[in-house]
Amino acid sequence: MAVPRNVAQMKPGELAIIAGLVDEGLSVKLMEMGCLPGAQIRFNFTAPLGDPVCITVSGYQLSLRLEEASTILILD
Amino acid sequence: MPASQPLKIALVGNPNSGKSSLFNFLTGLNQKIGNFPGVTVEKHIGQCKMPDKSTAQIIDLPGIYSLYPRSLDEQIVSEFLLHHKSPDCPDKVVVIVDATNLKRSLLLVTQIIDVGLPTVLVMNMMDLVNKAGISYNLKALSEELGVPVVPINARTGMGIEQLKETLTKSLAPSEKIVFPVFDEAREGIRLVRQELHVDNDYEAYQFLQQPHALNFLKPEERAFIDGVKESFKFFPGKFHGAETVQRYGFIQKLLDKITIQQADHSVPDFSTRADRILTHRVWGYLIFAAILFLIFQAIFAWATVPMDFIDGLFADLSNLAIDNLPEGPLTSMLAEGIIPGLGGIAIFIPQIAILFAFISILEESGYMARVVFLMDKIMRKFGLNGKSVVPLMSGVACAIPAIMATRTIDNWKERIITILVTPLMSCSARLPVFTILIALIVPDELLWGFINLQGIALMGLYLLGFAAAVISAIVINMLIKVTERSFLLMEMPQYRWPKWSNVGITIMDKTKAFVFEAGKVIMAIAVVLWVLASYGPGDKLDRAEEYVTEQHGTATIDEQELEDQVAAFRLEHSYAGIIGKAIEPVIAPLGYDWKIGIALITSFAAREVFVGTMATIYSIGSVEDQTTIKSRMKAEINPVTGGPRYTPAVGFSLLVFYTFAMQCMSTLAVVYRETKGWKWPIIQLTYMTVLAYLSAFLVYQIFS
Repeated sequence: MAVPRNVAQMKPGELAIIAGLVDEGLSVKLMEMGCLPGAQIRFNFTAPLGDPVCITVSGYQLSLRLEEASTILILD
Repeated sequence: MPASQPLKIALVGNPNSGKSSLFNFLTGLNQKIGNFPGVTVEKHIGQCKMPDKSTAQIIDLPGIYSLYPRSLDEQIVSEFLLHHKSPDCPDKVVVIVDATNLKRSLLLVTQIIDVGLPTVLVMNMMDLVNKAGISYNLKALSEELGVPVVPINARTGMGIEQLKETLTKSLAPSEKIVFPVFDEAREGIRLVRQELHVDNDYEAYQFLQQPHALNFLKPEERAFIDGVKESFKFFPGKFHGAETVQRYGFIQKLLDKITIQQADHSVPDFSTRADRILTHRVWGYLIFAAILFLIFQAIFAWATVPMDFIDGLFADLSNLAIDNLPEGPLTSMLAEGIIPGLGGIAIFIPQIAILFAFISILEESGYMARVVFLMDKIMRKFGLNGKSVVPLMSGVACAIPAIMATRTIDNWKERIITILVTPLMSCSARLPVFTILIALIVPDELLWGFINLQGIALMGLYLLGFAAAVISAIVINMLIKVTERSFLLMEMPQYRWPKWSNVGITIMDKTKAFVFEAGKVIMAIAVVLWVLASYGPGDKLDRAEEYVTEQHGTATIDEQELEDQVAAFRLEHSYAGIIGKAIEPVIAPLGYDWKIGIALITSFAAREVFVGTMATIYSIGSVEDQTTIKSRMKAEINPVTGGPRYTPAVGFSLLVFYTFAMQCMSTLAVVYRETKGWKWPIIQLTYMTVLAYLSAFLVYQIFS
């Protein structure tokens, strides 16, 4: 079975569904901000230096660092 | 309810939900800023005239996403809404949501409904919702949540009257419970409710979830709660996550029921198109640099006229007091201590107002989030955070509001580092010192015919301060060891045209905060300094005139010169002069004499006092005339070398000293309050003083 991809590996414009959150401490905060398993996520763009990134989730734009993005697993 | 007790209405909502606009609409200019007990989180309170002629008290709480706090600001809101026995507990809660972003906003709404206070849901930005082609059934929403729903437009004021009507009517808490606490928690909650007399399940559940974030709980109550948690194996982390999932499950079902028409996402909106340019790898930084340049230009160019006016006004007031009041120590304290002290505060108002006008516009428009987005990776290299950019930028005007602005940084270490290095950014109080010293040692000439040398020197000092801030951040980052992880989860709001009345109110708020916070200290120090400089041991001060006349023997001098020399004589023999002489051995390696020593001591309170002290020491009598101070300082002779006292070496050494030294009591006081202790202000004072001393020493030794 292939290793599931995470949000940090997405490309601008790509759509995906959140499969799960791997970081215990961050997951609660991410969920409060609307990053829930099963929610649709769109990778919008990255900052000029490649980090942080901007995504659309739960109907709004959220920016987060690659470090946080890599804790969000996705289903293709 | 007795008539003396006005209706207390709390305003809660996500950041960027239009909460401040609504608050400004409800209260107009009838608002004041207080502090929540024990912390410096600002509490905005305003009066609102209700349709039934009564007056309601509106409390604007900091923006939050959830009742589980992530930062100090957010903790206040949880405490405020969960402490039902407090006399401050609101009678009604208004939750405002950005209707274009309903899903995430409803998380907080459902939490607040469960807290059991009478609640009204306000749907803001309904015009944008309609524009996007979305349509909601608000009646169904109101029924599902059990609370009144009022659509408004906080920009135009549409719906505000209807909201006031709704708030005037009697209102019961919602009968709906969105999140019935987990079965495993039920018995623990029953015990907490019984022991602490809590009237609501979710409130008790919150006590169990975060007893240590809620400061109103008494130690014995907290101990009881900890005991209950222990015996029922209450794992807050697990419950919190499951609660959030359950709430979003409810919200999704709710949205399915009330959404009549979905949004049409086929056309990229304005924000998406704007971000292509504003966060572009080249244009993004160029535009940010251009905006910074504009802000600097504005602070220095536009503020000059009102600053000169204020300066002149207070000088006139002093003279008026001297001319019209009977001579005596009281008049002298008024004219030479209090009035110049007030003037020293008022003179910074234009620069602070202009700075906050810009910051407020950048925040209102949604651009500030992009600044954080652009700068986060760079700032992280220095142990800072993208959100540190705002305090560092504000620090150029004044470190006091800048340090208060660090509260948005939720990581403790990054916040402390930002607080520690912000005072190295050259604030506006350094400007008068820089101006006079540069005029003294840097020739007023043009380089290559168009670059002003003095301007270059000034810019160099600002860059020096910035470089010192960045390098200090790197060093402090290596010294502080913490395991708390840093993260950034920030909403990127839609771009919006700023609402000018909000900008105006922010300017007034921040200016008032400066005048009262910093003003108190500057004022007190001005009076202390006046005492130190006006009194001294023995009779030397009282008989100064005789001593000076004696020194001159038979040589005749004109009255003005005599007066000046008497003033200088008095200062030399005052307590301030004695202290100046006492520290001379310490500052001699930097090239300073006891007169500069007095200035260093007096400007420990506030840097800008330097110019005033110089004026007194070189007995000019009037601070306003900088050219006079300059020519006197230029004429000052160093008795050891026989050459001028202010050589370039001394001048540069002083400039470097003032760039680095922590000479601002008000800033230290703010750091004390923000970090809740003396540890960090003392560390800050020590490292900055050592840095200033060593750098000034090096500069003097190299140049002389």
